[in-house]
Amino acid sequence: MTQTAGPIVELVGISKHFGGVQALRGVDFQLFPGEVHALVGENGAGKSTLVKILAGIHRPDAGVVKFDGQVIELRSPTQAQTLGIAVVQQEPMLFPDLDVAENVFMGRHPRDRFGRVDWKRMYREVDQLLASLDVSLDSHAPVQGLSVAEQQLVEIAKALSLQARVLVLDEPTAALSAHEVDELFAIVKQLRERGVAILFVSHRLEEIFSIGDRLTVFRDGAHIITAPVSEMSTEEIIRHMVGRELSNLFPKGEAEIGEVVLEVRHLTRPGVFSDVSFQLRRGEILGFAGLVGAGRTEVARVLFGIDRAESGEIWLKGRQVQIRSPQQAMEHGIAYVPEDRHQQGLVMNFSIAANVTLPILQKVSRLGLVDPRREQQLARVYSEQLRVRSTGVEQLVNALSGGNQQKVVLGKWLATEPSVLILDEPTRGIDVGAKSEVHRIISELAARGLAIILISSELPEVLAMADRIIVLHEGRVTGTFARSEATQERVMFAATGQDE
Amino acid sequence: MKKLTSLLKTWEALLVVLLLVSILLGSLLSPYFLSGFNFYAVTSNIMEIAIMALPMTLIIIVGEIDLSVASVLGLASVVLGFLWQRSNSMPLAIIAALLVGLVAGYFNGVLVTRLALPSLVITIGTLALFRGLAYVVLGDQAVSNFPTAFTNFGFGTIPGTELPWSGLIFAALVLIFAVVLHFSRLGRQLYAMGNNKEAARFAGINVARIKLALFILSGLLAALAGVIFTARFSSARPDNAVGFELEVVTVVLLGGVDIFGGRGSLPGVVLATFIVAILQNILGLKNISGDIQSLAIGLLLILSVLGPNLARRIQVVVARRRLAVGSSKQV
Amino acid sequence: MTTTSKEVERVKQRGLSGQARLLGLVSRVRELGLLIVLLLIIVIVGIQAPRFLSINNFEQILLSVAILAIVAVGETLVVLARNVDLSVGSTVGFTAFVTAYFFKELPHANLLLGILLGCGLGLALGMVNGLIVSFGRVPSIVATLGTLYAYRGLVFIFAANTTSQVNAYDVPSDYLALATTQIFGIPALILIAAVVAIIVGYFLRTSQSGRQLYAVGSNPEAAKMIGIRANRLIFAAFSASGLLCGLAGVLWGARFATVDATNATGLELQVIAAVVVGGVNIFGGSGTILGAMLGAIVLGTLENALNILNISQFWLQAIYGAAIIGAVVLDAFITRWLQRAIRAGRKRA
Repeated sequence: MTQTAGPIVELVGISKHFGGVQALRGVDFQLFPGEVHALVGENGAGKSTLVKILAGIHRPDAGVVKFDGQVIELRSPTQAQTLGIAVVQQEPMLFPDLDVAENVFMGRHPRDRFGRVDWKRMYREVDQLLASLDVSLDSHAPVQGLSVAEQQLVEIAKALSLQARVLVLDEPTAALSAHEVDELFAIVKQLRERGVAILFVSHRLEEIFSIGDRLTVFRDGAHIITAPVSEMSTEEIIRHMVGRELSNLFPKGEAEIGEVVLEVRHLTRPGVFSDVSFQLRRGEILGFAGLVGAGRTEVARVLFGIDRAESGEIWLKGRQVQIRSPQQAMEHGIAYVPEDRHQQGLVMNFSIAANVTLPILQKVSRLGLVDPRREQQLARVYSEQLRVRSTGVEQLVNALSGGNQQKVVLGKWLATEPSVLILDEPTRGIDVGAKSEVHRIISELAARGLAIILISSELPEVLAMADRIIVLHEGRVTGTFARSEATQERVMFAATGQDE
Repeated sequence: MKKLTSLLKTWEALLVVLLLVSILLGSLLSPYFLSGFNFYAVTSNIMEIAIMALPMTLIIIVGEIDLSVASVLGLASVVLGFLWQRSNSMPLAIIAALLVGLVAGYFNGVLVTRLALPSLVITIGTLALFRGLAYVVLGDQAVSNFPTAFTNFGFGTIPGTELPWSGLIFAALVLIFAVVLHFSRLGRQLYAMGNNKEAARFAGINVARIKLALFILSGLLAALAGVIFTARFSSARPDNAVGFELEVVTVVLLGGVDIFGGRGSLPGVVLATFIVAILQNILGLKNISGDIQSLAIGLLLILSVLGPNLARRIQVVVARRRLAVGSSKQV
Repeated sequence: MTTTSKEVERVKQRGLSGQARLLGLVSRVRELGLLIVLLLIIVIVGIQAPRFLSINNFEQILLSVAILAIVAVGETLVVLARNVDLSVGSTVGFTAFVTAYFFKELPHANLLLGILLGCGLGLALGMVNGLIVSFGRVPSIVATLGTLYAYRGLVFIFAANTTSQVNAYDVPSDYLALATTQIFGIPALILIAAVVAIIVGYFLRTSQSGRQLYAVGSNPEAAKMIGIRANRLIFAAFSASGLLCGLAGVLWGARFATVDATNATGLELQVIAAVVVGGVNIFGGSGTILGAMLGAIVLGTLENALNILNISQFWLQAIYGAAIIGAVVLDAFITRWLQRAIRAGRKRA
């Protein structure tokens, strides 16, 4: 694989601000054909802004964008596509009611000599395209029946059909199983052979080491370093991302571990998870490790009453319980901080106080009427405890940063005074500074006697925070490790379903 | 977003201004406008719509809609007449009519909540179904020989005032609804549901049960409106109140409730109700036919959404200009 | 790099997505299902009343839904784009009245002129809808609810200022003939409806804009991302709906001869019923003209059956309502069952 003379995409001195926030400061960046270039950085580092500029969604305030040596102005997504820049977002943007072929060709249907859509040719071309990628998808299949991984493949096929010379993958592996990630990487390698320039934005360093050629680190909107992947180590990369030493990142205090608070026996939900059993003690942090799709969130949803298990038992403080709704779960002292704080965690148009009190309105009401003073008092208690940075508890949460929003969600659930707290990817999408604060809070909560389940896809986080780790793979428990015996390799093995 | 809340506050202020303007207009355009009898006419004519607008407000705030209310009114009216004819017992007939409303609302609610079907289409279907059932029950007949006590209730006023009895009922309902929506736990939960159904569910709110209850309430109050309507016109017919649902929706949207849910206030809806009532009254006093009044209602409906939309667009443009001039504080 | 078709086949056979293809089949099955329902009705009613089975009766059925079908074609366009047009009844009523009045006042005018007038008026009314929805960003349910009222009001104002009613003897016979002529033994009305359906259906299937309309209804954000001008398409859909309502209005005046300001009140209900029963998804993105036509025919057949079986006409509206609800419930069950089957199949593989 040779690199041709010049970069296919070159950004010089790109700056972009939104409101008062400087997202990119004078960034230089080069992307060469036939390379897989990884872009890493914390949230807020400017990665997604860069991607959006390349996609033609945003226009830079300053700086020059060059494509194939020519200075261009990217004015719209359509223009970017015409040039040959294809972006695959995290959430595939497809048309669920239409079939694969039309999704690939929407807006550019092949036409016959009368100008009519040539369906036969379209299906044939898409079949060929997919076959050339060694992808087994039916071009007639309606997209809404496809899995996330398959939908991504459709997006990539679309990019190919556009004769894309640049392919940007934004966190593509977030929702994929290990097998699907392998398939995706095989395709990426193929595309690299063909000379396509691939920009790969990811949080997952292991993947970058496995497929990346070069790596660029952004921090606070600035370009920090670009180097071949082979010349960098994990610690170095993190140091560049964070600007401080790794060791400070995961403070874990010592907590006294008490009696069993929650016991789950042979919990099964056919097709989702089976025969899950574990115990959880007071003061303990139990890590749930595994790849996305392993079934961890699904177990949590059953514990919280959103879904129902088909068989198995849940025992709380020595008594068997039936949990049929979130209301019941809360009555039993279980709280669940969901994965997606925008969709599930917060009401964006509500104030901090209104969000914090939403599950426990009865505690701040008298005779069914909400008492605003008590509401604000309660909200202030948790807001201060968690050091939420805001102009006051009446501020609307959509004005807060990601980290502070996550703290509000935490505060809301702490206000329910649970004995079991389930955290689902609590530090996803927040910057490292806020991350370590959240970790500190979690440690403190454990020290205070809360029993915590920590679901996380970030191995370092789980390894550092958990007293014990349970690993799930495709719905089954494939490993249980005490803190002392857990290593990245062992957990990874179990997470990918390999027996030792 | 704070700007939006202040915009809403100005929307109610705008409604107050509109109300005053319409009253002024009325008094200028007709010597009869400010009479006691006219006050009675304005109020009594709008009571059914006003009563149905109350649960409709809650339903739209949680992100649904109920287009079948007028058909429930008609069906309840028909059942009332039918049973009165057959049993000669007013109490029985009234209770049956209210029960019909309850069942109809339950039917709507189950389809929307249990089967998760879109309320727009379902209530268009039940709009036809319930009205159709009304025709099946009474055909093209009408029942009109109601007892005087009943018609007096529908037609008469509270002694010593010009307020119709239905006005009293409405006032009581307004109080209850306003307190519930704006001050109670349930009200907070309704706004949460309308803004983010998932988050509400995750916060332990039983979204399905509340929505079901709202549809039942809507059916019940539509049936109550049917009883009042029948008493007022002293006539039970299958085509009673045909088309009223559109006026109910108009009044709610004009009152500042967002069609997509999550926003709106009860005082706004009450103000809008009276604005519409007065406008209709003025047109009637000037002998403009009811069908032309519908033109005005239609325009009002469109403007009630177009207005805030344009206002919001202007707001965004102004805000953008302000940001370009100076920089705002970092969050 | 070329691949042989054999390789393509091998790759296809590996596909799990073949199961997903089932979902696609269902939409085609929908039209088949409607045909089966139609056959069932014909058989059941035919046994009870043999005169139901005459060619003349089938012609009557098609005649009775021809005008509805034309409006349903326009409504399908709007619904496919994730909108709804509730003002169709008022638009048809308005154009019917104006056209009939035109012919009453100018009986020697060119027939074509009158037709163009009606269509033009319908187009204008549709464009107003389109502007309010796409430019004013008013949700179509609110906008067309409003124009339903407003346009009906305009008809009444028009009637108040001209004449309350146009009768059959007021208009020239060649206008009325539009509704009664036959071409090759088939009533012109049916042919016109068929031609409209075929043209629009063909357009939806073979033109870029037609496919983009589906895209807009299926995922408006994704459509925007690839540069589809949704606003223009939606405006065009409403305009087309208006135009077709205009045509329907012209034919309505010809068919029903006596025309007043209350014409076509409630038509929107029948149109939505036809479209929903016909399998057009109320959320947009899927459905066909053929389906909407079959939906209209099924409903027309039901109405005819009521007549033949001497069941009171009062059941009609209730049946429309039940049909809408039934269609939506059935659709939901089928889709959900299929998705569950696909998910289960995937887990097993």
